[in-house]
Amino acid sequence: MSALIEVKGLDKAFGGVHAVEGVSFSVEAGQVYSVIGPNGAGKTTLFNLISGLYTPTKGEIRLKGESTAKLEPNQLAERGMCRTFQQMQICMNMSAIENVMLGRHLKLRSNLFTTLFRLPSLLRDEKACRERAAELMEFVGCGDYLDTEASAMSYGALKRLEIARALAADPKVILLDEPAAGLNAVETAALEKLIRKIADQGTTVMLVEHDMKLVMGISDRLLVLNYGRVLAEGTPEEIRNNPDVIAAYLGG
Amino acid sequence: MLNRFMQMRLRDLVILAVILFALPLFLNNPFYYDLATQMAIIAATVVGLNLLVGFAGQISLGHAGFFGLGAYFTGIMTSNYGWSSVPALVVGAILVGIIAWIVGRPILRLKGHYLSMATLAVGFIIAIILNNERALTGGPDGMPVPAFTVFGWELSPFGSYNLLGMELNGSEAWYLFAAVVLLVAVWLAQNLIDSPIGRALRSVHGSEVAARVVGVDTARYKSLVFVVSAIYASAMGSLYAHFQGFITPAVAGFDFSILFITMVVLGGMGSTMGVILGAVVLKLLPQVLADFQELETVMFGAILMLTMIFMPKGLLPTIQMAVGKRMKKKAGGQA
Repeated sequence: MSALIEVKGLDKAFGGVHAVEGVSFSVEAGQVYSVIGPNGAGKTTLFNLISGLYTPTKGEIRLKGESTAKLEPNQLAERGMCRTFQQMQICMNMSAIENVMLGRHLKLRSNLFTTLFRLPSLLRDEKACRERAAELMEFVGCGDYLDTEASAMSYGALKRLEIARALAADPKVILLDEPAAGLNAVETAALEKLIRKIADQGTTVMLVEHDMKLVMGISDRLLVLNYGRVLAEGTPEEIRNNPDVIAAYLGG
Repeated sequence: MLNRFMQMRLRDLVILAVILFALPLFLNNPFYYDLATQMAIIAATVVGLNLLVGFAGQISLGHAGFFGLGAYFTGIMTSNYGWSSVPALVVGAILVGIIAWIVGRPILRLKGHYLSMATLAVGFIIAIILNNERALTGGPDGMPVPAFTVFGWELSPFGSYNLLGMELNGSEAWYLFAAVVLLVAVWLAQNLIDSPIGRALRSVHGSEVAARVVGVDTARYKSLVFVVSAIYASAMGSLYAHFQGFITPAVAGFDFSILFITMVVLGGMGSTMGVILGAVVLKLLPQVLADFQELETVMFGAILMLTMIFMPKGLLPTIQMAVGKRMKKKAGGQA
């Protein structure tokens, strides 16, 4: 059986700079797979490549065996991939729950006709969508903000809201780009619990994160990048004892 | 349970209906009725344009082109080919929708200034065609348009009508008709905004990256809203042609396009009630400033600039925010 995500010889160059160079790894379904590395190591670039926002210069990414080379981000979303961003991408012109409902975009069957005349089928779908979105907001811990305008929410709440939006699509794999950045210790602990809950539901989680305690605690496997290349790959135990990693990153 | 959005929609529609149907109490001659009718038709056009500009965050500086195409399609089909008004309006709107889709697909890949320039060019091309196709459009001299007819029944500014026992002259009848059209236009726009399609449109404005990763085909939705707003413009252009009874290529011209955009920006991008207010203010202004007619364009420019600098959210949202703050202060003071 092939892995859920397979990356082979991936290269991304911006002009002369190789942000990602010769990266290969694979993620099995159901794993929590983390990507770590110093700033500028190419972690976010790797995520942008996997989620289809960037096109690889060389190499190949396969999702469930299918090459993603010609797929747009929205087509990858149709195939079960969803993500959050290091620089949060929340629609500030909508309310919190509408942001999460947007996440269910692909699950909703609507056409211009049922929409313009607000036919019962649309109202039924909308009601179900709203209920599911409210559930997810409860799940990630921002159930108090349902009808709050997104622009009026705190940073920590928005971070959780973005995760709820990604989950709304019922994804097979969710990519979280530095979800703990800017959170305090209490919020980080809550986030760790949340990621566990997501993984326990059978969703594969890919994580880019700087918080070592968090990463070592919840990951099944880790990929260490340095200057765009793979420095090491393995279980948290293997990584912790890898001399290269200690020298480059963990700093002894 | 009504959610907050639905309550707001209902409130807005009721307020608008009350204003529209109470207005005749203050209008005492046909001139005011005609002005109010024009306002309602233009307001409905701008409500459609706001879907594109205010909600989806795209721009069109050529929307009068679609308005003009609707007006001329109606004019040509009803006066030269004897079509009835409703089929002319509907077929015109469908054709304009198709044209908008064909034109929109490539140009909506552009962003910012480039999109402005491309839409500006679309408007210019349409206006030039209307000017030059003398045989069909009468060229710069314009063409007459017969009265609006439905099933042989005629709505003319010079007619007289009986509605539920009320005697109405032609201007009053047209006003009521335009008021109902505006209400329907607002209702349809609200339905579109508060729906999966509406969220997808707003997400294109809010964060295009977010829209794409949750599965929104952003190119398709931009085209869709461009088409919908062009259809609004075309249908309202058709009514405008019937109401005015005479059209010139100016209805498709640059000045008109700028007027539409100014109404959206002044009233409040993304606020349906706001842009209606914008349309009312900007239609009223030339009446109030009739003595400075030659300065009209300068005024519009100045208004656009001042709004952008001092009220970037637009007239109505700014007023609503100010009122909201005061109410909060008051409530806080009492507690």
